[in-house]
Amino acid sequence: MSGVHLVWQAAAVMVGSGVVGLVYKGLDRKLAARMQARVGPPLRQPFLDLGKLLMKETVVPRDAVGWLFSAMPFLAAVASFTALLYLPWGPFPPILRGYGDAVLVLYLLAVPALAMALGGFASGSPLATVGGQREIVMLMSYEFPLAVALVGVVWRLRALEVGPAFSLATISANPLWTAVGPLGVFGLAILLGCLLVVTPAELSKIPFDIPEAETEIAGGLMVEYSGTYLALFYLADAVKTVAMAALVVTLFIPYGIAAPLGVKGVGGQVLDVAFFLVKVFVVMFAAVTTVRVAMARFKVDQVVRGFWLQITAAAVAGLVLLVLDKAVMG
Amino acid sequence: MAEAENTFRIPIGPIHPALKEPIRLSFQVEGERIVGVEIRTGFAHRGIEYMGMRRNLIQVLYLAERICGICSISHPIALTQAVEQAAGIEVPPRAQYIRVIISELERIHSHLLWAGVAAHELGFDTLLHLTWKVREKVLDILEELTGNRINYAIPIYGGVRRDIAPDQHPKVQDTIRYYRGLLDELLDTFLRDPSVEARTRGVGVLEPEEADALCAVGPTARASGLAKDVRQDRPYLAYGELGVKAITPRDWGLEPRGDVYDKIVVRLLEVGQSLDLIERALLEMPDGEITSFPKIPALLAHLKKAHGEGLGWHEAPRGEVIHYVRLEAGVEEPVVWKVKAPTYSNLMSWEPMFEGQEIADIPIIAASIDPCICCMDRVHMVRDGSEATMHKEELLRLSREKTRRITDHGSRITGLGGVR
Repeated sequence: MSGVHLVWQAAAVMVGSGVVGLVYKGLDRKLAARMQARVGPPLRQPFLDLGKLLMKETVVPRDAVGWLFSAMPFLAAVASFTALLYLPWGPFPPILRGYGDAVLVLYLLAVPALAMALGGFASGSPLATVGGQREIVMLMSYEFPLAVALVGVVWRLRALEVGPAFSLATISANPLWTAVGPLGVFGLAILLGCLLVVTPAELSKIPFDIPEAETEIAGGLMVEYSGTYLALFYLADAVKTVAMAALVVTLFIPYGIAAPLGVKGVGGQVLDVAFFLVKVFVVMFAAVTTVRVAMARFKVDQVVRGFWLQITAAAVAGLVLLVLDKAVMG
Repeated sequence: MAEAENTFRIPIGPIHPALKEPIRLSFQVEGERIVGVEIRTGFAHRGIEYMGMRRNLIQVLYLAERICGICSISHPIALTQAVEQAAGIEVPPRAQYIRVIISELERIHSHLLWAGVAAHELGFDTLLHLTWKVREKVLDILEELTGNRINYAIPIYGGVRRDIAPDQHPKVQDTIRYYRGLLDELLDTFLRDPSVEARTRGVGVLEPEEADALCAVGPTARASGLAKDVRQDRPYLAYGELGVKAITPRDWGLEPRGDVYDKIVVRLLEVGQSLDLIERALLEMPDGEITSFPKIPALLAHLKKAHGEGLGWHEAPRGEVIHYVRLEAGVEEPVVWKVKAPTYSNLMSWEPMFEGQEIADIPIIAASIDPCICCMDRVHMVRDGSEATMHKEELLRLSREKTRRITDHGSRITGLGGVR
């Protein structure tokens, strides 16, 4: 693949997913508002927010570690956007396939959280420090079930010998549901459930918005961020939401719609991309929007206990079922 | 490592999203655990009592109503009773019932407001929006009966300013029916939601002994199991005839633990209690005059001649509110006007409630006593342009000086404010 071609594709994916991320954020806010018997903001509100933030003054607190404080928003945004380049987009394989696999995506998704925590610590505010501690604790608690879910899928795929199992292109091209037996389907369903629980935690949304907890620590990590820096975090959040939902879709629902409908060529590709975006939206709606209107915020110790005990136990059970399935199916 | 090195200070307030009004809580925390709290008040001090002592009693009434927007009938009810006692004014029975009806409607709107705030503090915004949506109905009926959603301007010395007309009865009954149907749903969504329970059970516990020793009042004390309610203990207005029983979590079949959950239980059950009281008051309300002084000039003339002191009390939504006034013959203004709001009594119970809890619990514990800072802030200490603290001995010395000043001269107090 030529370099120019690569740059062109990467730019398209980044801009496209940035726009999609903001549109979905708008949809999320509008739908949440409707479920709460409110009118809600207009759909384009995230764009207006972003534009406004970019115009605002960017303040660096006097007590902050300046360079760290300023670098972290960029790191968060870059990591979120980079994760997109390793994810398949419906019919299109990942742009940077061959340069990184599913494990790299996991790392890239963890980077914005780390960047926010570091930025919070660097800001010198006690509220942000508490937020930073909470973010790190959260990260340590949800990463394990997340990794188990991913490893479960990859391990079962490897047993099928269809290619490099850790490659998201392979995962996306080989839906597991039909390839495994009844035990495996059950195990996969459990892993999907775990991943859906991890999603709002990964994205710091209610009931897991503990690091930001507006009523407790006044925005926590974000309390000292303003202007362009806050806009970058805002954008990173929108993009990360899409990336996380896209990862769930890739791992568990990588089906296209064009082939069953018999649409071929460019039309089929457009249809598949559209279907992919719909699936991403459904995942976001199920795991983020509905959950955040239906629950109260947890405390950090409750989250840690829940993820380490119940969710990890469930994920391991799913993994064991997949292993048993392999033994049964041969 | 020494413990002091592990702890750091988290300031909450005077301006903070967890607080609806300015107050400063300074927490000493160890990781997420609270090891100490310092409370500083006085940010919402407006000198209302001072202003009142320079105005005639009718004007004071309107001022009393504006001590707080949410308790905007509790303060006038306590004040009118104090003045009526001082001036020897009788209140017609019908007026007493009308005061009861409006104040119970206020309790419903205040408790629903609180429930929404509590949900918001827990990060459960859906519950906030739904609770505040249903709260509109009681504000509508208050507007229908009094002309205003808040600041009803209903009590006046010797009675009330507006009657409840016969054609308004069905509207009130409609509202009662609406909330009766809704109450079970509200109790269900708040008390049976696992995430609400996880955040409120065992959080911000106030032991009954502590509640008693710290003189907690209102739902804060009742949630700890103290059957303490001014309407029951020292009946006034028509409450004696209506018969009020203090509500504790036992009425919901639970042994009181004094945590935030119990405070939700008590407040929501009190909404039901208020509905019953309004319904009965509406039925049993006798016909007759609504005020013993239909003409304001006659009332003012009577008040100017009055000499004596009076104490008025009322069970506000947040607990017992007390107004003390002293009138002197020939003077239009009250010579002394002292307000004790429920939050003043409840503030001290914050300390045992916060002890050992987590940072995440701060907003809901702070909200659990339903603090009304503007009701409470009656003093602000400033010395040489900065904050000052006063200790017991100094306060005692100052109050003795003031007593001497009053008894020596026997007339109006001029040197107000205590510290110069």
